[in-house]
Amino acid sequence: MEASEHDRKIEDSLLRHVVETGAGFYIVALMLLSVIAVAGFAWSRQLANGLSVAGMNEPVFWGLYITNYIFFIGISHAGTLISAILRLTGAEWRRPITRIAEVITVIALLMGSSNILWHLGRPERLYLPLLKPQFLSPLIWDVGAISLYITGSVIYLFLPLIPDLALLRDRSPRLRGLYRILSLGWTGTERQHRILEKAISVMAVAIIPVAVSVHTVVSWTLSMTLVPMWHTAIFGPYFVVGAIFSGIAALLIAMAVLRRVFHLEDYITPLQFNNLSLLLITMACLWAYFTFAEHLTAWYGHEPAEMAVLSSRLTGAFAPYFWGMVVSCFVIPMSILVFKKTRTVTGSVIASVFVLIGMWFERFVIVVSSASHPRSQQMWDRGLYSPSWVELSVTAAEFSAFILAYVVLAKLFPLVSVWEVKEAPPGVAETV
Amino acid sequence: MTQWTMAIDVDRCTGCEACVVACREENNVPVAGPESSARGRTTEWLRIERFLEGTFPDVRMVFKPVLCVHCDDAPCVKVCPVSATYETPSGLNAQIHPRCIGTRACAQACPYTVRFFNWSEPSWDAPLEQTINPDVAVRWRGIMEKCTFCLQRIRRVEDRAKEEQRGVIDGEVDPACAQSCPTRAITFGDLDERDSRVAELFRSPRAELPMEDLGTGPRVVYLKQGEWRGSVRARSED
Repeated sequence: MEASEHDRKIEDSLLRHVVETGAGFYIVALMLLSVIAVAGFAWSRQLANGLSVAGMNEPVFWGLYITNYIFFIGISHAGTLISAILRLTGAEWRRPITRIAEVITVIALLMGSSNILWHLGRPERLYLPLLKPQFLSPLIWDVGAISLYITGSVIYLFLPLIPDLALLRDRSPRLRGLYRILSLGWTGTERQHRILEKAISVMAVAIIPVAVSVHTVVSWTLSMTLVPMWHTAIFGPYFVVGAIFSGIAALLIAMAVLRRVFHLEDYITPLQFNNLSLLLITMACLWAYFTFAEHLTAWYGHEPAEMAVLSSRLTGAFAPYFWGMVVSCFVIPMSILVFKKTRTVTGSVIASVFVLIGMWFERFVIVVSSASHPRSQQMWDRGLYSPSWVELSVTAAEFSAFILAYVVLAKLFPLVSVWEVKEAPPGVAETV
Repeated sequence: MTQWTMAIDVDRCTGCEACVVACREENNVPVAGPESSARGRTTEWLRIERFLEGTFPDVRMVFKPVLCVHCDDAPCVKVCPVSATYETPSGLNAQIHPRCIGTRACAQACPYTVRFFNWSEPSWDAPLEQTINPDVAVRWRGIMEKCTFCLQRIRRVEDRAKEEQRGVIDGEVDPACAQSCPTRAITFGDLDERDSRVAELFRSPRAELPMEDLGTGPRVVYLKQGEWRGSVRARSED
């Protein structure tokens, strides 16, 4: 009897943001929609006048759209790592945060892939790679890897959602018909539980290699070419590490915001922030090691074509972004998070914001500094790339749409897995 | 099978840019205008690169016409997701304009940076629109384009030879750049024909393939006395 009262309390507080909608929701949604509307106008200019309204040139054929593409697909690695790995290792503290991570994955993948549409010279022929694929092209590998990852991560988000959808079918004031269909007849029997747990475990194992392959293949889009500082074998693992790194940062920010806005302080506790911060430190070290190894190798070899790119990063036009990246990805997060005193909720959020900024700079520097310095040396002084208002507006809209999608999904289902929190072993339940 | 190739004698090139203009006229390459040029968006299927050799006062300017080298193992062909660019049996790197979707992956992958994107719809200020060559399609916005070795001229000669039931004679195909060169620095022909002028030039000790070490297998060879960037030696041999 006591236990069911406890369960009831959990249900009430975790479902609150689904069943109750305040004025805040509409204000936030309206603000985000206005940013998206501006980008809609910007894109209409691009459709009318072609990519001449973007800032790209010869030889910088790839600019902000590709930067965002890599960045967002990197963010999407939050879900996989936290959710799948922590599930498999049986880390109990994961329970309140797995879904937050999984939702990030799905939305970030959609935002990342949307950049293909803005980037293409002929967006109306987006379907052509599916009809006439040329399998030697890394871009086709991208299409395959990302499609698989979107499919997998949607299933992986959906499976643990089923019991909660059934709960909403019984308790939600609206959309009960939708919840009835989506909950697939869940009644919570022993057998259903067994099947669900098994399916989740299988997906958790399956999604990890898919996630690793996705950002490896994204990096191959660059590294398979002969472009200086792109053509390196380190890019696969380097991109995966950077992706997980930025994914954890995105997760920490999402956790802090949701905790504050939806009053989830009892569920998402400093324990989760502390553990993820430690993970963030680990990834920061790995990232710094890869960055150092990559640049040292290029510098020691001193090949003229590579040195042109390298010196543009270290001392040239890209130096502010490069050193900004080093400071925001490594110096700031490390100096905040290694000390127990500053490894707080606020501390981890500040560090995470810098990590996201730094990782965006990283993608930008990698794409544009190499593109600006092709092997054909006389192209070097053709003028630097600076993004146009159209590209900046679309970028802002991608971040807005990311948040908007998150806010809307929060109205459809609980962002903390109700049944998994209810089933937490007593020891963990105390800290919950 | 015919293997179309080109030899460019850098020692003969005076940098007059007649080839650049001829190429533009022959192939309907649009004029970018001052604003787009300033933003680095000129389209030049053929451009002249300038290199300063030696140190003052012992200097000399070297001109190098740069165009698509029609690689045998082309980086651009490999990365195109929709096969909009491919290698023809006679060694040309062809671009299928209607197939192109504008990923610009080929342009980014090309080590020679000789592929061009149509940032906007092509336009010609009057009366330049009257110079448009009816033998060549005008490309449109959002797709890639590049040097074709004047494919339309190759086809015309091949068709005529077929009609007259004979082979193509060496020197019969003259791309616009080669035709317009006042010093005859550019030679075009069939590498498979042992006695052709271009095959002879390919065997010359002065011949050097551009970025040969990348292994792309270029079909344009540059002829020059001495080393490309070896400044002092090149000067003393004059």
